[in-house]
Amino acid sequence: MGLFALRRYVPYLRPYVWLVVVFGLSQLGSLVAAASIPKVIQYIIDGPITHHDLGRLVPAAGLLLLVALVEFGFIFLRRHFSGVASLRMETDLRNDFYAHLQGLHVAFHDNWQSGQLLSRAISDIATVRRFVSFGLIWFLQTIVTFIVVFVLMAQLDWLLAVVVFGCMVPIAFFSRIFHDKYRLIARRLQDLTGDITTTIEEMATGVRIVKAFGRMPLMQKRFDAQAALIRSVSLTGTRERALLWSELNFLPNLSLAAVLFLGGLNVVQGRLTIGGLVAFMSYVFMLVWPMDAIGWVLSMSEECQTASERLNEVLDSRPEITDRPSAHAMERSRGRLEFRGVGFKYPSSNEWILRDLNLVVEPGETVGIVGRTGSGKTTLSYLVPRLYDVAEGAVLVDGVDVRDIRLSSLRSHIGFAFEDPILFSASVHENLVMGRPVVSDRELKRAIDVAQAGFVWDLPWGLETRVGEQGYTLSGGQRQRLALARAVLGAPPILVLDDPLSSVDVHTEAVIEEALARVLEGVTGLLVVHRPSTLALADRVALIDGGTVAAVGTHHELMRSNDLYRALLSQEYGEVVA
Amino acid sequence: MSVPTRAASPPGASGADLPSKRGGEDRWRGVAAEEVDEFSPSVAGLLRRRSRRLLFNLARPYRGRMALSGLLIIVRSSAYLALPYLVGLGIDKGIRPGRSGNLSMLELIVGALLVALAVNAAANYGFLRLTGRIGADILYDLRRTLFAHVQQLSLSFYERYTSGRIISRLTSDIDALSELLATGLTSVLTSVISVVAITVILLRLDLRLGIAALIAMPIVVVLTWWFRSNSARSYRAVRRAIVLVIVHYVESLGGIRAVHAFRREPRNQEIFVDVNGRYRDANIWSNRLSSTFGPAIQFLGRVTTASVLLYGGYLVIQGQLTLGVLTAFVLYLRQFFDPMQELSQFYNVFQAAGAALEKLAGVIEEAPTVPEPLSPAVMREAKGAIAFDHVTFAYRDKPVLHDLDVRIPAGQIVALVGETGAGKSTIARLISRFYDPTEGRVTLDGVDLRSIAVADLRRAIVMVTQESFLFSGTVGDNIRFGRPDATMAEVEAATRALGAHDFIAAMPNGYDTDVRRRGVRLSSGQRQLVAFARAFVADPRVLILDEATSSLDLPSERLVQRALRTLLRGRAAFIIAHRLSTVEIADRVLVIDAGRIVEDGAPSELRRRSGRYDSLHRQWVESLA
Repeated sequence: MGLFALRRYVPYLRPYVWLVVVFGLSQLGSLVAAASIPKVIQYIIDGPITHHDLGRLVPAAGLLLLVALVEFGFIFLRRHFSGVASLRMETDLRNDFYAHLQGLHVAFHDNWQSGQLLSRAISDIATVRRFVSFGLIWFLQTIVTFIVVFVLMAQLDWLLAVVVFGCMVPIAFFSRIFHDKYRLIARRLQDLTGDITTTIEEMATGVRIVKAFGRMPLMQKRFDAQAALIRSVSLTGTRERALLWSELNFLPNLSLAAVLFLGGLNVVQGRLTIGGLVAFMSYVFMLVWPMDAIGWVLSMSEECQTASERLNEVLDSRPEITDRPSAHAMERSRGRLEFRGVGFKYPSSNEWILRDLNLVVEPGETVGIVGRTGSGKTTLSYLVPRLYDVAEGAVLVDGVDVRDIRLSSLRSHIGFAFEDPILFSASVHENLVMGRPVVSDRELKRAIDVAQAGFVWDLPWGLETRVGEQGYTLSGGQRQRLALARAVLGAPPILVLDDPLSSVDVHTEAVIEEALARVLEGVTGLLVVHRPSTLALADRVALIDGGTVAAVGTHHELMRSNDLYRALLSQEYGEVVA
Repeated sequence: MSVPTRAASPPGASGADLPSKRGGEDRWRGVAAEEVDEFSPSVAGLLRRRSRRLLFNLARPYRGRMALSGLLIIVRSSAYLALPYLVGLGIDKGIRPGRSGNLSMLELIVGALLVALAVNAAANYGFLRLTGRIGADILYDLRRTLFAHVQQLSLSFYERYTSGRIISRLTSDIDALSELLATGLTSVLTSVISVVAITVILLRLDLRLGIAALIAMPIVVVLTWWFRSNSARSYRAVRRAIVLVIVHYVESLGGIRAVHAFRREPRNQEIFVDVNGRYRDANIWSNRLSSTFGPAIQFLGRVTTASVLLYGGYLVIQGQLTLGVLTAFVLYLRQFFDPMQELSQFYNVFQAAGAALEKLAGVIEEAPTVPEPLSPAVMREAKGAIAFDHVTFAYRDKPVLHDLDVRIPAGQIVALVGETGAGKSTIARLISRFYDPTEGRVTLDGVDLRSIAVADLRRAIVMVTQESFLFSGTVGDNIRFGRPDATMAEVEAATRALGAHDFIAAMPNGYDTDVRRRGVRLSSGQRQLVAFARAFVADPRVLILDEATSSLDLPSERLVQRALRTLLRGRAAFIIAHRLSTVEIADRVLVIDAGRIVEDGAPSELRRRSGRYDSLHRQWVESLA
């Protein structure tokens, strides 16, 4: 059984130990009550009814009711508390799973399809919970029931009891075969579910592209193929389950025939009363449901085991960007930024994106980063707040390796504007503040002014208006201005701006630039730029080529001295007019 | 019988008003104009009818097989239900004569029992296989129907319904149904048939005792009704809560860069713990309901057993009933209430599936607002002349375009210029028929877009946006997205013209490199180039570029422009760009302001006119200096 793989989840039940104890005890109680009911029935048949004693019949029936009431109470407690404990466990597990994912480095997320992560967080965790709440209980219940029933049967007629349990021996064999086959099927099915989730997600998020190219049929074909695969794999699963369940259903019934025949002989020979035989039969019937349950438990445990494998694949990935033990918090930074012999490549590739890159940005200085499309400008900017870590060399802030600064401290000193302005489905206020410690209204207003994002005051509910996917639709330029306001909020000493103006019109651009110039005054800035206009903000420009800094200087110097630079930034206008 | 009353009332956090709750904790969510997809209980009847209709449509193709499985279940159940009868018979007719040494009757009865067992097992296996197959087929149909339908729906639906909800409909709601189809339905069917059959058997065995056994039935009915209405509510709450979890999960992990850069992890965790906790509370609520219902049914079974023993015992004592019949009765009662108890277990699955079905039916009944024409006009090879014929367009009741009337002959390159929010993108979306005009019509070669088959329209008109979304698969697949049968030579011709060939060829597997998740390994400029190549390879007659060069460096942009001039020869193009450099290659400029065309003419001509375009242009030239 896959119980071993579940050890990891034991700690999740620990806070609910008392709940587990309550439901364990109620489980025991309900079993004892359930087991004593055939005894009472036997007593009624053999006693009052056989002896034609009406006077004793009524209190005996009352006893039956009493036992049943106790049983009801225990079952309610058991089901309620097992539900509460397992649902709390599921919730805690999902919270931790989410926290773990949030803590994992950006490169991890680059390499995982988000559909796979979603299906793990929702379906797989629910599978584990279902096993813990039903499977585990049924498993225990089955074992206890078997023991209790066996003891009771043996009291009546031990030989007959042995025969009944002899009929159950093949279970072990059948379940072994089932285990071997079903495990693979369950895993395959879960992986396929993750794949189809990815397709769904891509369709839903890329719907504009799909529609623009009229590729609905292509997506449909892809989806159909995956759905068909799921269908055929789940059919093999059904086949295995049907076989096992039929076998498990057959065995106790088979023993019923044996009991009727052998027990009948015993009654004939006077070794067993009719009431005893009836009780014996009731016991055999008590085994039918647990046997069904075994089938369930076995398939559930396989599913749970593979689901937990899938969870472990994520939970076992260690965050690569973490605080070193020696990391310390930074005082108010002066904002000196240095790239010292920096090299970067993706872990799975041998190709260096950046290599031997040296660049110093003095406090208060703004350096523009210029380079061809795909030259690694954005990657370079990601190294500063440690969204990626360098593969060699170091990035230093105030002379300290960023890896020796506590992450939270480092990132609180850096304002970042992404080229793609990522907004969340939350209020404007929330998107600006992003859950950071309290920000004063004055700071907020200043940031909005600087980014020329005054339009937020005119939204239907002002700063309370929900934006993002689930809310008010903003234009590309508006989103970029919000992202810019977010970056400058709280006046961080270092600003990293990745082409923050690509989607704003010329007029707005001029106004933002003017404001930005004010912000960049006295602040260290790293500015990834694509066009000459923004370069006016930069004190110096670094040209990135071949993964390293090919030239540094003022815009005019480089225009004079560097051919590549000139090619990248020189007169588009002239070219067009010519 | 005591039902804890608190089970009937929802715990505060998971109440029916859950998603609209806007307490202090929920402030971060902000205010939005509409909350779609949430129903008041008064429309529950409509919902049930709607989901029944969906279920019926799904099941219809499988009528034959369902009838067969019904037959199997009857065979199975009769064999199974014969067991207590045979046991009773064995006691009355087998053991009694056995005392006088005649065992043949007992042997006969045991033999019959064995036959019944074999039939039961065989029918059971067949039934499980068959229903499993039906379930998988229905699920397959549902998935495909739903996916196809959602793809048909117009963009305005996606904007209103949002992708997070769509994802959760297609994943977690389908999961809930699949659980029902995989296991629940079998059990429900089995149980229902057992209950009906046993009722008949009990009444046949002994009418008086049978009636006594059914005395608890009214209570069972009332209890079931109570449970049904409450748990339906609780499961709706569960479905609503899971959507919030999925939406937050997908969104926050999708924007993980921003989350890390702005240290939003604790805030995200707080929100996640909150929505996940509501999901838990809704689940606990529904669990409490079922943990009351199940044992209550079992208890009623025990009460029935006690009264049957009491009354039956009395009858036996009076000599009006044999002990064997009473025994069979007691055993049957077990088989009667066990499935009821089982039903209560699966009622959960049933209700969860019901709630999911309601949501799915809601999506299925959503009609595309931009529907495919029923009898499309013939359009083999379009020329590419676009005309706006007195077009007015309002988005969510806000007027965006006013009486737009303009003709663009085939082969003309048109630039749309104007401030943010002037309506440029709306014009682009009307041409590519993401929306339909509120009044007037948009035509291609004189044919209303609404009467052109979608496939023809998409072949003729392609839009490239700033959002250069890449699908999982290889770079080559992504470039061929618009025309999967394009040859490698055509693909390379496009990428070479755009200057994208070099970086693609330098990737680990060249054109066969997997772009992984949303193409993050490509820079945004590179992604835009791939998106351009995708549009070029698609070879449309009309190309719309909406801010499509915003992430390119100047040499790349120049290359794209050169390529555009070659590609666009003899075709129409609409270019929206903030950078006027792109605009300069246009034959004609339309200056849009507040949904109206305020200037129209060749760029050079407009520059001379010292109007709005001229001032924009001058501003731009200054910005270059």
